[in-house]
Amino acid sequence: MSILEVRDLTVTFPGGIQAVRGVSYDVAQGEVLGIVGESGSGKSVTSLAIMGLLPQNAVVSGSVKLHGQELLGMEEGELTRVRGKAISMIFQDPLSAFTPVYTIGEQIAEAVRVHQKVGKDKAARRAVELLDLVGIPHPDVRAKAFPHEFSGGMRQRAMIAMAIANDPDLLICDEPTTALDVTIQAQVLEVLKTAQAETGAGIVMITHDLGVIAGMADRVLVMYAGRPVEQGVVDDIYYRPRMPYTMGLLASIPRVDGEQDTLVPIEGNPPSPAALPPGCPFAPRCPMHIDACDDEEPPLTQIGGGRYVACIRSREIEHKGMTGADVFPVPVIPPSDVARVPREERETVLELDNLVRHYPLMKGAVFKRRVGTVHAVDGITFDIAEGETLALVGESGCGKTTTLQQIMQLTPPQSGRVVVLGKDSSRLDKAARKALRGDLQIVFQDPMAALDPRMPVGDIIAEPLRAHGRKNVSQRVAELLTLVGLAPEHAERYPQQFSGGQRQRIGIARALALEPKLIVLDEPVSALDVSIQAGVINLLEELKNRLGLSYLFVAHDLAVVRHLADRVAVMYLGRIAEIGAVENVYDRPAHPYTQALLSAIPLPDPEMERSRKRILLEGDLPSPADPPSGCRFRTRCPKFARLSEADKRRCVDEEPSVARLARAKDHGAACHYAEEIEVITASEHQEEQ
Amino acid sequence: MGKFLLRRLATNVILIALAASLAYMLAATTMNPRGAYEGRQPPVAEEVIDATLDAYNLNDKTPVFERYLTWAGGVVTGDFGKTWNGGSVNEEMGRRIMVSLRLLLIGTLLGFALGVAVGAYSAVRQYRFSDRAIGVSSFVVMAVPVFLLATLLAIATYNLNRGLGFTLIEYTGEYNPRLSGWDQFLNRLNHLILPTISLTLGSIAFYSRIQRNMMLDVLNQDFVRTAMAKGLRRRTALFKHALRTALIPSATYFAFAFGTMLTGAIFTEKIFSWHGMGAWLVDAINQNDVNSVAAVSLFTAVCVLFAAFLSDLLVASLDPRVRVS
Amino acid sequence: MRSKVVLGRLLHNRQARYGGIALILLIALAYIGPYLGAYDWTDKDFLAFLSPPDADHWWGTTSIGQDMYAVTLRGMQKSIVIGLLVALFATGLAALVGAFAGYFGGWVDKVLMWGVDLLLVLPSFLIIAIISPRLRGASWLWFVVLLAAFAWMITSRVVRSMTLSLREREYVQAALYMGIPRWKIILRHIVPNLSSLLIIDATLNVSGAVIGEAALSFFGFGIQPPDVSLGTLIAEGARNATGYPWLFAFPAGLLVLLVLAINLIGDGLRDALDPGSNS
Ligand SMILES: Nc1ncnc2c1ncn2[C@@H]1O[C@H](COP(=O)(O)OP(=O)(O)OP(=O)(O)O)[C@@H](O)[C@H]1O
Ligand code: SF4
Ligand code: SF4
Ligand SMILES: [Mg+2]
Repeated sequence: MSILEVRDLTVTFPGGIQAVRGVSYDVAQGEVLGIVGESGSGKSVTSLAIMGLLPQNAVVSGSVKLHGQELLGMEEGELTRVRGKAISMIFQDPLSAFTPVYTIGEQIAEAVRVHQKVGKDKAARRAVELLDLVGIPHPDVRAKAFPHEFSGGMRQRAMIAMAIANDPDLLICDEPTTALDVTIQAQVLEVLKTAQAETGAGIVMITHDLGVIAGMADRVLVMYAGRPVEQGVVDDIYYRPRMPYTMGLLASIPRVDGEQDTLVPIEGNPPSPAALPPGCPFAPRCPMHIDACDDEEPPLTQIGGGRYVACIRSREIEHKGMTGADVFPVPVIPPSDVARVPREERETVLELDNLVRHYPLMKGAVFKRRVGTVHAVDGITFDIAEGETLALVGESGCGKTTTLQQIMQLTPPQSGRVVVLGKDSSRLDKAARKALRGDLQIVFQDPMAALDPRMPVGDIIAEPLRAHGRKNVSQRVAELLTLVGLAPEHAERYPQQFSGGQRQRIGIARALALEPKLIVLDEPVSALDVSIQAGVINLLEELKNRLGLSYLFVAHDLAVVRHLADRVAVMYLGRIAEIGAVENVYDRPAHPYTQALLSAIPLPDPEMERSRKRILLEGDLPSPADPPSGCRFRTRCPKFARLSEADKRRCVDEEPSVARLARAKDHGAACHYAEEIEVITASEHQEEQ
Repeated sequence: MGKFLLRRLATNVILIALAASLAYMLAATTMNPRGAYEGRQPPVAEEVIDATLDAYNLNDKTPVFERYLTWAGGVVTGDFGKTWNGGSVNEEMGRRIMVSLRLLLIGTLLGFALGVAVGAYSAVRQYRFSDRAIGVSSFVVMAVPVFLLATLLAIATYNLNRGLGFTLIEYTGEYNPRLSGWDQFLNRLNHLILPTISLTLGSIAFYSRIQRNMMLDVLNQDFVRTAMAKGLRRRTALFKHALRTALIPSATYFAFAFGTMLTGAIFTEKIFSWHGMGAWLVDAINQNDVNSVAAVSLFTAVCVLFAAFLSDLLVASLDPRVRVS
Repeated sequence: MRSKVVLGRLLHNRQARYGGIALILLIALAYIGPYLGAYDWTDKDFLAFLSPPDADHWWGTTSIGQDMYAVTLRGMQKSIVIGLLVALFATGLAALVGAFAGYFGGWVDKVLMWGVDLLLVLPSFLIIAIISPRLRGASWLWFVVLLAAFAWMITSRVVRSMTLSLREREYVQAALYMGIPRWKIILRHIVPNLSSLLIIDATLNVSGAVIGEAALSFFGFGIQPPDVSLGTLIAEGARNATGYPWLFAFPAGLLVLLVLAINLIGDGLRDALDPGSNS
């Protein structure tokens, strides 16, 4: 018996923007329906339409039935009795979803009082209970805190508490974990499962991350350009996709278990909702596209077993048993010459020796005074050899960006040394510093913010060339644009006229302009959709091999890192927890933090996900202004909790430093009780055996 | 928090001292009190003029800095010096200060409260007729400078009273000294009507625009959507969540708007013949009355910084994010 | 391409359209109008003192027989010129001070912002009024300088806080890491990206200056005779507004229309340049 029946839902915004074009689905009691799709595919608009929360200028048609009762066109008074009671919603960004001027407790109590006739005290007590249920420590104290005093993960838990306050029948979660770090994401997903068990609600889980729903969803709906293009049971979708878009999507995700060699990008961009192609909306990007695809939009047709596909060639795909790699051309990336030379014999392009960066913690608006020290980077050491990629990974706030800034500034560090291409940054004069900048370039995370919106692309790329007095600027600009897969004519356009992936290519072209030896990549693909991301990752790999570049690659996505990096350094609270060759760290992590991190990353593989064993971390990252004594990880370390009192003393008193592990050549961990284990594919089964 | 406010207070005292000194220096160097004595018939002997000016600390033959020190020394002990013709600035100020403060207080409170209310109403009714009407009126009001508005009001009332044949609304002065008791009170209220309108209309329009825009900004934010997703009606969500949050930026404009209101008060007082600080400033400048000008400047500086201080307090009480723990 | 979009949006905005049309008409009236009238603003008609509007003197005459039409338009020219010049200087100064304070931070920022705070404590009307006796007989350009000198502080604070966030923008950092000097970064990457704010502010500064001029002239602290501006005319007219309303109504009406038109354009520009805003 389904709780929610959505039929032929369409949403149009003024200006002919068809954001949602005929979405139909059912959700049964206790069932989890996953909705995936790229940014702009209409996922959020669909769910807001169901809640009746779209702006007033949106035109909605179709039918949305909750327990057989039509919600569309319902009068506000009745609708308010359904919202928050029968259906609740969890939003993506928990900071902006709470009103900043009321306490968390007040806001949850408000949700209780809207639908239940209880007094203020009782509602407040219920709020505390709910916070306790979602695992907030000291719920009675924390209920009196304001939203800005909560961390991201705690806010999302509070949001869940608010959503389940009235025991809803249906929970709509719009990207509930996108804004969170992986270890926190794992916690929140766990809380969601608890909440579902508690309420028995059906869940609509919206996400762009195919890993997140692999382990949670019963059925999956894939959206493209405002329409469902494939729907079915989770295993069918992941293992037997029948629609080229789904196949491409699955082939383009980097996997942390390192299953695939080269990522398969989907060329092109999703169509604009205001200018859709006449036939299949995926046609311009589809390698299987034939003339018949342009005649009319293929309808979503049932192909048996509760599966629906919108592709005229799906039968063929099924018969031939095609996979993503068959449909999409696998790019060939030339191998690197440098890699053949052993690491020790290569030149060192970057060396950090015990780098420290502390910020004063100030208070007061008029007369500032120092009240503490933020230990942003607290003594880190690593080096990068020519032609090598070192990845720096860790959760937000662990000091990755500060490290990069210290390197890029080329000024004397507070303590320690930064040596770029053999030149110590503390011994540079102005001219030498400027010259060195030509060898050291950076690519930023947000492709929009990294390009001055008021300059044409040609000028943006030419800026470093002119600053360093190079000749033949326009010729070089054309060369660079071609190198990153754009056309020389693009030089006259402005950044706004490009898509995210293309903008990132422009950023890369600018970084390459001065023919640097080392490029620092600050989360270069995290703002991009998966299908676009794959193309940029491949480009970076190709450029590295062709031009003999070295990369310092900062990322929080460990799957991407596995794909691109040769070596990896895991950071925690301003220190390195583990460092080594990618195979060593990923396959045999030795630091409890790395182990937790790797086990928290969801795999786009439903069977593995269902049986996977997770190491869940307790609590949040401590403040870098007040790091724990001894080992910084001890407040959350699962191993520490299992140690004997005597062994614990050592973790509390003595700060571990990176020590090489006996068996491996390139692998070190900063833990007194380091022990290599395998976590990515570890399942409950293995445990029992 | 208390410590923070104390420190804020200390900075403000320094700023007031600097601003008042600046004003004194400007006035003392640009104005010429001697002119008032020199042109007299029969002519006054130069020594006599010098002696008189010396007694009032207004002699331009004394170096400015010396005069400044004398003046500052007096101010620190609470003596604001002598007017151009030997009157006591303190006495004059005593007579005038309450007149101005009453006007300013009423104007500020009414302007803020009504402006916020009108703006919020306008935002809730976005694109409806009432929103458009409010929008157009506030634009027109903001295009009419205070001195014009006050003059227009005075003319209109004059004609109204003449048409009626009796004085319905008073348009000059502050009260009628011949009345007493309850009548006197009513008469004072009557005298307040026009100056209050002329002073507040502008700030109502100003705050209503700000509040409307701020509210529309937060209207599309996630937390208003969350409030509605909980099951609150749109109207309740707007009043409880959007209005409350959108008050914060309006409160930060409080200090700024107060400066404009002070200037407005000068015109209002002058045009409706109220003997307040603003009217005094205009007269003092015309009479080259250095010490009075300096006193009014000091008063203004205190008022502006007090408004800024209040605005800080208001923001801190409205916004938990800026409260320092 | 962006400017085209902005222009399109601006033309779509009803407020801005009305404001623009009104402003064009007003400017045309101020600068072409005098050629249509029969009298020059310096002419005195000794046969008509204080005569009400008629076919000869369209807007009536003053107490010394000047043609109100010619005089008012002359006054409006002056008000428009003053408004434009003040806005240009004030906004330029605000942009430079704010951007330098915000970008360099440290003591540059502290010193500049203390100065701003100090200037904000005293209303500009008060300071200009105090200085004005000195300006009697000096060129009216000094008056422009004074008005501009006390009209930039609030904008410079806004510019500063926006610079603080622009400074962290990745393209500004990218420029620094390319080895481009800091003053060049300010001029090339920061100020142009504040241009929406500055355009809006400059527009509103024009109307602010027109009002400011009129207000000061109302008490005789502004433009000095024999020169005229809308402010001096309104001040003249207000004294006898009940008896000779044409002396008051024409300059006052034009002043309100002028300010209204400019404010409407400013508000429309805000919509067009800042698509996120709702105003
Ligand atoms: N209020 C609105 N007015 C006009 N267009 C809108 C509005 N809201 C959304 N759209 C458009 O509708 C389309 C679908 O947007 P939607 O937010 O549902 O995408 P999404 O799949 O949730 O993307 P994301 O992964 O980025 O959250 C987009 O093209 C978007 O620009
Ligand atoms: S219908 Fe044609 S274009 Fe669309 S996905 Fe299928 S094969 Fe590709
Ligand atoms: S040193 Fe102790 S607390 Fe730190 S990671 Fe190792 S076991 Fe955990
Ligand atoms: Mg979305």
